[in-house]
Amino acid sequence: MKVSFSINGKSQSVEVADENTPLLWVVRDVLDLKGTKFGCGKAACGACTLHVDGQAVRSCSYAVKFAEGKEITTIEGLGNEENPHPVQQAWIEEIVPQCGYCQPGFMMATAALLEKIPNPTDEDIDKNIINVCRCATYYRMRKAIHRAAELSTIANTATETQTS
Amino acid sequence: MMDVLMSPRCINCHPNDNIPKQSDDSHPHYFGLARGASNLGFQATKCSTCHQTENNNYSGVPGAPEWSLAPDKMKWEGLTRSEIARSMLNKENNGNRNLEELEHHLTEHELVLWAWTPGLDAQGAPRETPPVPLEEYKAAVKEWIEKGALVPED
Repeated sequence: MKVSFSINGKSQSVEVADENTPLLWVVRDVLDLKGTKFGCGKAACGACTLHVDGQAVRSCSYAVKFAEGKEITTIEGLGNEENPHPVQQAWIEEIVPQCGYCQPGFMMATAALLEKIPNPTDEDIDKNIINVCRCATYYRMRKAIHRAAELSTIANTATETQTS
Repeated sequence: MMDVLMSPRCINCHPNDNIPKQSDDSHPHYFGLARGASNLGFQATKCSTCHQTENNNYSGVPGAPEWSLAPDKMKWEGLTRSEIARSMLNKENNGNRNLEELEHHLTEHELVLWAWTPGLDAQGAPRETPPVPLEEYKAAVKEWIEKGALVPED
């Protein structure tokens, strides 16, 4: 089966023998984008979180056939070293990661949260950021999420000023 | 019919506390998931973050079209057979459905019918189906409607 989608702004078609292959495996093993991580394989830990049409999705539990025609964003497409996404910048400033394995999933979940709630409260964070970090970096992540909200607001204000 | 509607496959998504339940022991959904503003979870972490339109037997995550909690007015968890039946017949609770529409919902809606094809759980074991075969259940609903949808005794 051939599945076509956009990933990080680039059109892509893949041939898969099993249409129910998890999108995670296609992203990692076929497209060689290793930033998205395998954690539990049961949609429980969130290490595999990426965006499908702007929504946070657990890609270990997302059959690749459902990606047909969709826009997928992985951590590699969120930003880069020269132009980091506010979430990535905040993660750097707050020195969030310890081992780092789960952090791409957290950053993707956070980016999705800020799209819905630009200035989340602690309660919003508790409800929406439910990934698992075995290094227990939750305290620093909370600070980073608030910082990311500040950075996003600053960036949006600058953009509005430039265009007005 | 009521044996089906009171089985975990149905009741788990008709909670009385806005918290979906999981598995045959109906434990609260892991990770603090709850109803949210539109029965679909929270703003950025929704049912559809993990649940798609069909079961995923690799991950053990169940799925079906329109996967969501039943609306707030359809809280059945903890109710008796007669209380559920009364609630189901009350147009203020049942989405303003008449008997014909109620029969259609109970026997044709894909999310309801999912109960008989609930897929594999996270350990790879088949989930329990309702205690009555699908065709027997459909016949029971039809007969109940035809005979005037009387509220059963507890």
